Amino acid sequence: MATTSRSAPVIDARPPRRGTRAPRSWTGWWFAGPFIAVFALVFLAPIAYSIYLSLFRTRLIGGTSFVGLENYLRAFEDPQFWAAAGRVSLFLAVQVPIMLFVALLVALAIDSGRLYGTDFFRVSIFMPYAVPAVVATLMWGFMYGSQFGLIGNLNDTLGITLPDPLSPQLILASVGNIVTWEFVGYNMLILYSALKVIPTSLYEAAAMDGAGQIRTIFAIKLPALRGALIVATIFSIIGSFQLFNEPSILQNLAPNAITTYFTPNLYAFSLSFSGQQHNYSATVAIIMGAITMVIAYIVQLRGMRKAG
Amino acid sequence: MTRSTFRRVRAVALAGVLALAMAACGGGSTGGTGDSAGETAAPPAGGTDVQAALRKGGELKIWAWETSLKQVVVDFQKKYPNVKVELVNAGTGNDQYTALLNAITAGSGVPDVAQIEYFALPQFALSKGLAELSPFGAGSLDGTFTPGPWNAVKQSGGIYGLPMDSGPMALFYNKKVFDKHKIEVPTTWDEYVQAAKALHAADPKVYITSDTGDAGFTTSLIWQAGGRPYKVDGTNVTIDFSDAGVARVAATWQQLLDADLVAPITGWTDEWYKGLADGTIATLAVGAWMPANFSSGVAAASGDWRVAPLPQWQAGSTVSAENGGSSLTVPQAGTNQALAYGFLDYAAAREGVQTRISQGAFPATSADLKSEKFLSTEFDYFDGQKANEIFAQSAANVASGWSYLPFQVYANSIFNDTVGQAYVDKTTIADGLKTWRDASVKYGADQGFTVK
Repeated sequence: MATTSRSAPVIDARPPRRGTRAPRSWTGWWFAGPFIAVFALVFLAPIAYSIYLSLFRTRLIGGTSFVGLENYLRAFEDPQFWAAAGRVSLFLAVQVPIMLFVALLVALAIDSGRLYGTDFFRVSIFMPYAVPAVVATLMWGFMYGSQFGLIGNLNDTLGITLPDPLSPQLILASVGNIVTWEFVGYNMLILYSALKVIPTSLYEAAAMDGAGQIRTIFAIKLPALRGALIVATIFSIIGSFQLFNEPSILQNLAPNAITTYFTPNLYAFSLSFSGQQHNYSATVAIIMGAITMVIAYIVQLRGMRKAG
Repeated sequence: MTRSTFRRVRAVALAGVLALAMAACGGGSTGGTGDSAGETAAPPAGGTDVQAALRKGGELKIWAWETSLKQVVVDFQKKYPNVKVELVNAGTGNDQYTALLNAITAGSGVPDVAQIEYFALPQFALSKGLAELSPFGAGSLDGTFTPGPWNAVKQSGGIYGLPMDSGPMALFYNKKVFDKHKIEVPTTWDEYVQAAKALHAADPKVYITSDTGDAGFTTSLIWQAGGRPYKVDGTNVTIDFSDAGVARVAATWQQLLDADLVAPITGWTDEWYKGLADGTIATLAVGAWMPANFSSGVAAASGDWRVAPLPQWQAGSTVSAENGGSSLTVPQAGTNQALAYGFLDYAAAREGVQTRISQGAFPATSADLKSEKFLSTEFDYFDGQKANEIFAQSAANVASGWSYLPFQVYANSIFNDTVGQAYVDKTTIADGLKTWRDASVKYGADQGFTVK
């Protein structure tokens, strides 16, 4: 009692001390400030700087000049850029559905509770995600080798000639295989955790209504997974458009199959680091960022609408 | 097939960072050369400014990746106790060039001395990134170095670096494989094609060589064949792949590709080392810096390999070309250029050369290449062969008049996008060269050059 009666008047009735307006409270800024500062420094500033860069052109002879949107016009007419964008779009259209479908199957299998050694199974599927992409690619690159690698060994042992996974015709599929191997476990975990939060009462009700496993999957589990699937899809879209590690390392093994403009990111990298075309490289990166944002946003909107 | 590419692969494996370094190379190696006491016939170091600067001393920051420089720096500081040297490995090849260009652009953090490969030198010289060394007495070193490297550091009338090492080409061949199938070691490129066919017919697992498209190698072959596709006069650049030398290289190599006589194994990969060790890859035409790589990377085949002169385009001739090698330069923004030149002179033309030879480098100085001790060095790896005799002969036979593009770094980086497509049967080498030319012309024009 004593405490409340003493403190209450202090808060509500104190008149402003200086001037006529209440002093601004900075408390909120103390909480948000550090985040905003870091966000501005590591997120907004690089984007702003890239946009700034993309408006100029630096030449070996003649120095730097302002060119407005010329770099953007050039990018829209650049067959190499569109070849790269087309390649990752194809990758997205083929690899992502396969990867998510496999992840979904595995998540449902583990969740079904009918597997022996579920924990071991789950960890071993997830394990590749813990392997750095660089190491994973080097490892797969070795297996793909048709002279001394696994493919070469199979050819020798069985007396056959398997298609070369590092040939220009198959290289995209080979990259897709590596990425699938790396990320099935990660997506499986997203989906599995979504399955875990489904209340068991729903299953009990379904069982009482006489629903079998298959019926339960389609009536309960899949609808409950919609949100998680959208999240996984969006991550995968971003990952596909940013494809870089795997092709850039395989490039050492298959320099003719993986061109310097194999993916948009690889193209931006080559432009910048071997071509010294930082301005055009920034332009390519910004355009690709914008395309990624638009597609990811469309997927999200569609996903939400269907859910609602 | 170059050393920087090799280091690139290693860098990727270790750090997961991709460097785009292509083509020629620094560094090298004549494994087990021992010390060669050949006298260096260089005239007294630099001008009086340089001597004064060396006595006065100061601090020097050096960017280089060549490992034999470590000992040179130690000895240098012993001789000139007032000079304090900081040797920094700022990356190999392209990594370092990117860092150097950034530093030059930013105007701060520029080293006093930088290692630059011959093929990349014109780019730095032209963009006024490097100091012209004549005022410090570099002109007096005329005749000290072999012609190839010396011409490479001379750009539009100035001297922009001192040759540190060189890569006169030779043919390394697996004697065991040739003996087994009773095939003669080729002395011309036509014989080379014949040997390729004979070897592959005798054993389908054996290839004459491995190649998946390497700009440094192809340009070196064109150089040897008499092609001079690049002409550079200030900012006026001509790129012309239509001369007879280019046509000869394209036609010969196309025969090898058409008959699948070249192993599709990329240089400096694990598969490549295995192929060199087990006889899958029977020859390797490359710079004289290769032996140390053999003894370290292909140790299992010690004794199998030998060195022969580079095959010729015309029977009986003795023309050679350079493949790789690098120079030491003084960036324009360096604050103590006289002192920096003092180090260049020491490391590239005087005592430093001996140190580097004893560490396994292949020198660019004529006197050392002629010295008895250097020439009579027996290579254990090549079963006691005196390989330096062949390398030194090759160095003396390097054809003159070659120049690289002032934007060769970029041009080489797109070699596999264009010419490389011939290796996967999507085009021919001749057409690939045209595409390469067009892409190089476009880039040159974009960069403000007048390109024809």
